[in-house]
Amino acid sequence: MGRQETFYELIRRQGISRRNFLKFCSLSAASLGLAPHFAGTIAHAMETKPRVPVIWLHGLECTCCTESFIRSAHPLAKDVILSMVSLDYDDTIMAAAGHQAEQAIEDIMRDYKGQYILAVEGNPPLGNDGTFCIPGGRPFVEKLKEVAADAAAVIAWGSCASWGCVQAAKPNPTTAVPIHKVITDKPIIKVPGCPPIAEVMTGVITFYVTFGQLPALDRQGRPLMFYGQRVHDKCYRRGHFDAGQFSEKFDDFGARAGYCLYKVGCRGPTTYNACSTTRWNEGVSFPIGSGHGCLGCSEPDFWDNGPFYERLETFPQFGAEMSADRIGATAAAIVGVGIAAHAGITALRQARVKPNTPVAADERVV
Amino acid sequence: MSKMYHPSTPLPSRVREGHFGEAILPPAGVQPGPVYVYDAAIRLWHWVTFLAIIVLCVTGYFIGSPLPSVGGEAHEHYLFGWIRFTHFAAGMILGVAFVLRLYRVLVGGKHARQIFWIPFWSLGWWKEIFEEVRWYLIIGKPKEYVGHNPLAHFAMFFMFVLPMLVLLFTGFALYAEGAGVHTGWYTWFGWVFSVLGDSMTVRTWHHAAMWVVILFSMVHMYMAIREDMTHRQTTISAMISGWRFYR
Ligand code: HEM
Ligand code: HEM
Ligand code: SF4
Ligand code: SF4
Repeated sequence: MGRQETFYELIRRQGISRRNFLKFCSLSAASLGLAPHFAGTIAHAMETKPRVPVIWLHGLECTCCTESFIRSAHPLAKDVILSMVSLDYDDTIMAAAGHQAEQAIEDIMRDYKGQYILAVEGNPPLGNDGTFCIPGGRPFVEKLKEVAADAAAVIAWGSCASWGCVQAAKPNPTTAVPIHKVITDKPIIKVPGCPPIAEVMTGVITFYVTFGQLPALDRQGRPLMFYGQRVHDKCYRRGHFDAGQFSEKFDDFGARAGYCLYKVGCRGPTTYNACSTTRWNEGVSFPIGSGHGCLGCSEPDFWDNGPFYERLETFPQFGAEMSADRIGATAAAIVGVGIAAHAGITALRQARVKPNTPVAADERVV
Repeated sequence: MSKMYHPSTPLPSRVREGHFGEAILPPAGVQPGPVYVYDAAIRLWHWVTFLAIIVLCVTGYFIGSPLPSVGGEAHEHYLFGWIRFTHFAAGMILGVAFVLRLYRVLVGGKHARQIFWIPFWSLGWWKEIFEEVRWYLIIGKPKEYVGHNPLAHFAMFFMFVLPMLVLLFTGFALYAEGAGVHTGWYTWFGWVFSVLGDSMTVRTWHHAAMWVVILFSMVHMYMAIREDMTHRQTTISAMISGWRFYR
């Protein structure tokens, strides 16, 4: 294969003006939260760097990440897929199928050894020798390891690849694991969410193409630029939270008045994601904006930290609906009764010994 | 260890300590003298911690299950904000007091050290615990200890020191989250999230540890008062003036 075209060459060939190209660069810089002069950096990268080959694999998943991705507005997913990167293999949305498709992946792995990005949506189930997910006739976990071996970097799309998500929720019948459990020798950037926000997904790609490196990551491997704050930190209902105004039910006065959704289970205070800033569907709204609490979809094990509509997590092993408060209060009541009984018996016993002589001397061991 | 005795306590009246901290009383007929057990630093820490924990439990409970909504406009109130602020302020006091208490572990002598370690390898110590359980089940006989009795020692380590560490680390981690991931707080305490997995789980641990400390405190207060009334030695005075008296 010859030299990959640059993004700039490609869009000029498609008849897009330089002026529109520069607009695109400014928008991308803004969506990444970069200073205005970075538009120039992005433009330079697009003009000079060959497009990065990307292999997009699908494991055990619901494909919501792809659904989200193709709705990206800034930059348009079309621009990213067709132009900035060369998405050479994506079994869900590529035109080729069957042996043709498998040929494509082999070609990329050979021609761009050590240069391509592996983007993983979904995750590998390890149970039953990996046979719960069989793309192309063999276990997904094998394909994943093989493609990862020669990748420059790995992107974990969504909560499935990042943390395990619903298929890894208790009792995890297929032993689904996040991809970092099977790819241990490569840098992995996690872009969690169920699904992740489209602009966050394309933003991560734009950053990599522009700067040739992964953005700054937090301790868990998420890009700080999008996951450095909690939904709660920039929530527009935060004023009601601090004031102490909560909706108690989804049809009460508080719900209609737009009060904070903390008491109906909002996970905003424990969820790192850009929903309250970037929002969804071209910035139209986000769950809290529509009156529904955050479910914490971008957090590890959010399915097991339920129930979704209760503030406090419950411990099913102690019985349904048992939160730390209910278990603790029950235990405290039992201990309280125990103390009262013990005090009563002690008093009876004391009554048998001489007043002011705490315990008869002959009973004492010294 | 002469600091343990009041200068006016004659040698034969002194209460000495056995291998497991048990009180070795003078022979019958001799009135045992008082023993100085907890120095001022430890007493101060105890009562500061007591007050801080009360404030933290009340405000913490309301952070988990907020009060009914206040009326009017949001800008007229800061109720939940003040509840959280009080919690954080008491948490800071608890944390500083705990660190100073750890310093006393290093320099404060054996009574300052007692609750921070467990002689789990010593069969004799476990036997003492067993004896103590028998006494609390009112089938054994009471035994006096200069420091904590082995059962109290056991409970103080597993139901106070350990859950306190959980509360402090998870509490400061949650505080770091509020302060922001770019702050020094997060640099110091962000690892807690890597250990426990996610923020919600950290909150649940924080919450559960509160109940362990509440259960401990209930039994502890009862035992402190009961022991004061039924034993031959005083307990409450040891945490107020530092002196333990014998009758
Ligand atoms: C005896 C010690 C403590 C007790 C009993 C206690 C109790 C609680 C409880 C019950 C909660 C609610 C948890 C939930 O939402 O499920 C809470 C939250 C919290 N606690 Fe504590 N806590 C203690 C110590 C501390 C300390 C030392 C700090 C550190 C400054 C701290 C900081 C926090 C923070 C930041 C929150 C979350 C508040 C929010 O984001 O709204 N706590 N605490
Ligand atoms: C939140 C409630 C409380 C907690 C968490 C607590 C905790 C503790 C701890 C950890 C110690 C061991 C001190 C050491 O060895 O460094 C202790 C000792 C002691 N506490 Fe408390 N305390 C609480 C409340 C009280 C109250 C209300 C009383 C009064 C009745 C009390 C009386 C004592 C006494 C008398 C001792 C010394 C025990 C002995 O003589 O062996 N405590 N407490
Ligand atoms: S609605 Fe949720 S995210 Fe918004 S302030 Fe309330 S708890 Fe925080
Ligand atoms: S608001 Fe919460 S649950 Fe909803 S998409 Fe954002 S992170 Fe996920």
